[in-house]
Amino acid sequence: MDHLDELEAQSVYILREAYHTFSNLCMPWSMGKDSNVLIWLSKKAFCGKIPYPLLHIDTTYEFPEMLEFRDWATQQYELDLIIKINEDARAGTGSYSASIGYETHDPVTVTHELKTVALQQIMAERKFDALITGIRRDEDPTRAKERYFSPRNAEFEWDYKDQPPEFWNQFTSALDPGEHIRVQPLLDWTEVDIWRYIQREEIPIPQMYFARPGDDGELYRFRSLGCWPITKPVKSTAVTIDEIIAELLVTKTSERAGRAQDHHERNAMQKLRAKGFM
Amino acid sequence: MSAPLSPPTAALSTNSLEVPKLRIVIVGHVDHGKSTLIGRLFHDTDSLPDGKVDQIRKACEAEGMEFEYAFLLDALLEEQAQNITIDTTQLPFRTASRECVIIDAPGHKEFLKNMITGAASADAAILLIDAHEGIQEQSKRHAYLLSLLGIKQIVVAVNKMDLVDFDQNVFETVRKNYTEFLGKLGVKPAFFIPISAKHGHNITAASDQTLWFKGPTILSALDRFELPAPQIGKPLRFMLQDIYRFDERRILAGRIETGSLTVGDELVFWPERKRSRVKSIESWGVKQAQLTVSAGESIAITLEEQIFVERGQIAGRAADGPAEGREIVTSLFWLQNDPIAINVPFTLKLGTQSVEARITEISRVLDSSTLDPLTGTRTEIRKNEVADVRIRTRRALAFDRHDVINETARFVIFTDKRIGGGGIIREAVYAHQEESGANLTWTVSPVTREARAEQLGQRGGVIWLTGLSGSGKSTLATGLDGQLHRRGLNSYILDGDNLRHGLCSNLGFSDEDRSENIRRAGEAARLMADAGLIVICSLISPFQADRDRVREICHRDGIPFAEVYVNAPLEVCEARDPRGLYKKARAGEVAQFTGVTSPYEAPAQPELEIRTGEMTLEESLATLSQFAISFALPVKAAAQEFQKGAGI
Repeated sequence: MDHLDELEAQSVYILREAYHTFSNLCMPWSMGKDSNVLIWLSKKAFCGKIPYPLLHIDTTYEFPEMLEFRDWATQQYELDLIIKINEDARAGTGSYSASIGYETHDPVTVTHELKTVALQQIMAERKFDALITGIRRDEDPTRAKERYFSPRNAEFEWDYKDQPPEFWNQFTSALDPGEHIRVQPLLDWTEVDIWRYIQREEIPIPQMYFARPGDDGELYRFRSLGCWPITKPVKSTAVTIDEIIAELLVTKTSERAGRAQDHHERNAMQKLRAKGFM
Repeated sequence: MSAPLSPPTAALSTNSLEVPKLRIVIVGHVDHGKSTLIGRLFHDTDSLPDGKVDQIRKACEAEGMEFEYAFLLDALLEEQAQNITIDTTQLPFRTASRECVIIDAPGHKEFLKNMITGAASADAAILLIDAHEGIQEQSKRHAYLLSLLGIKQIVVAVNKMDLVDFDQNVFETVRKNYTEFLGKLGVKPAFFIPISAKHGHNITAASDQTLWFKGPTILSALDRFELPAPQIGKPLRFMLQDIYRFDERRILAGRIETGSLTVGDELVFWPERKRSRVKSIESWGVKQAQLTVSAGESIAITLEEQIFVERGQIAGRAADGPAEGREIVTSLFWLQNDPIAINVPFTLKLGTQSVEARITEISRVLDSSTLDPLTGTRTEIRKNEVADVRIRTRRALAFDRHDVINETARFVIFTDKRIGGGGIIREAVYAHQEESGANLTWTVSPVTREARAEQLGQRGGVIWLTGLSGSGKSTLATGLDGQLHRRGLNSYILDGDNLRHGLCSNLGFSDEDRSENIRRAGEAARLMADAGLIVICSLISPFQADRDRVREICHRDGIPFAEVYVNAPLEVCEARDPRGLYKKARAGEVAQFTGVTSPYEAPAQPELEIRTGEMTLEESLATLSQFAISFALPVKAAAQEFQKGAGI
């Protein structure tokens, strides 16, 4: 087995443990590369049938190409897809006195309201007891400290100071009322692993990951995809996966450098994540 | 819709970095410099992203301290404020020749659970010791835990050599003392390396301060670690995770821990020992269906025969299957604040097996700071202690000995649904190695147990009634036999007294003879149950160990066994005294009489308990019959039977 086989086998093992352990499982899907790898692994784990719904938290700031990809992939994979928007936050109705958006608020606030709060709303509605997420240790130092099965309390808080022990593929599934578990099958993968796997398996992904000319005529590609107002492409000439991998092997810029909410203040990610952000 | 979004076709990958990644954990006492070593390693190999050093510098300024490499890993604000690693971190790292994962493990005693979490998946370890402070508590405990975790490749880094002026004598003293200690654990480090993590000596380049040292730097030591050998050559252990029925296929999903399997192979599922051949290997999204799968793979298969198998079972081959039983001898480490006490039930998980269990004996608890055995009897194991214990499980467990197959020899303990500790199994008796049976074979009839069961319309099994003399065993046994007969089920009574007329006529009433009496009864019952009969055993059988042995005899052969506790207080039995035996025993005319001059060990976890002192005979019999019918009939048939008004 090469190391992609090992990563695949471990992720499949975790997905199957999650399906066995939880009665109401759900898999958030951003249409990003990691997310699409998760769909692929789920298909493998369950021999073609994904036995849980997928969830797209639509911030209403999605790139149109991503939405196009979403609709295509939903049919292609025969997905059971839930789409959730925090309508009140956008409209400034309900508990919101004004509309929340990037035009008027800082990225940490908007990310929290349109992603985390939207997730809380759908969780309350659908009573999911576990969420399968695509986070990886190499994305961020606080994610590097994560567990495969990571508990979140009723307020979605991550008790990073007292995480349960986890070893020999034995996972904590204890749930107090209102708690849920984040199941994180891609924790061991790196950004390069994801690309190598996409290449090997020929997994469909949005074209925005590949370089194309910007307004200034230079070539750019997206390395990480989020809401359009706060996601910036990086300069790149990579138009094939090989070129992307070659670029990553020498780059010294972090993957999420183009994601504004991470850099708003010192330890912004830790604070966002402690409050329920993925 | 077409697929306009698939990726551009890529040329062949030119990358050669496709071997598995080596996982290396850095362990040692708190403040001996683990995080600093890793930070330095990343810095000196130019492995940090742009801006990281600036970011760390700012964080250090915010905390009012000089530049701290450890901040690379100690990413949590609390970790930076207290300058201590709370939780384990894993970072990808590339040397010139390989990809690896560096795991930082906290050294503070308080976070031992996080240290285990980090270290358990490692292939190799760097043990860090402060040259100035020498061997400390965690230096010892971590070394012992590495040996329990099965990590054999170890390098010792003697850090902070700058604080002792790079003195060779200091280094040699640490080396001598620590080598001696590690020797006791059977641990032999590949190298001792004198380093200064803070100032970058012997990390990536040989130091000019330690010209007396001829060994490798940390970086070249990483390259010398070996990848774990593939587990394909070992006996097959396929751990069953789940059964899927999403369509017409009945798919068995799980992971091959060791060995390999091929379509057409016969598998035996332990501990039930059901057998079937592999019909197919199922997959999705592969270009060519696999015919053979091997160690490390998460797989899905279908079987030729529709046998009942479930999560937790381990498939192997008849010739070299796992050991099985309800008792394991283990070494345990305990991580939770609340101690774990003897005889208190918990959930034991070994792979995907999950079973209720308890500690029955604590043979040794080690002092956590010296690793010397503690004196005196202990009835509990406390946080951060390690101990040798005997554990009994409620159901039979399939397992291996840790030095035979590690993957199926390690378990964790859940109390209150949380992981409290873990351990490894030190002993195992393998059926294929048992000497007594070495030259014996078992003649196999072409008529399978399943075929007999189908013809008889019932499943053979052993119902074992235990209880004091006069508790009502014989009355219930004969009553049950009659009722089963009227329902068209085939049963037979093996009565303790009856056996003593023939099969056991050479036995007396010493403890030893009583045990042998039970063993013979158990073996006879097993054979009769194999023939398809419901065997009702009625014996006082006062000792738990004897009853457990019968259970094992049956389970080893896949025969269902149920322990039924016929419970009536001694006064009630003595008042009944149907055969005047209590009177004789009290008068001293019968030696070794259970309940009077010989003990009775009540079943700890019987499948059924019947309190004959509190229920009428009719009620007792109805309870027992209902139990026996569901025991002997497949689930569906039993339900129909009850629906017909099988109140009996």
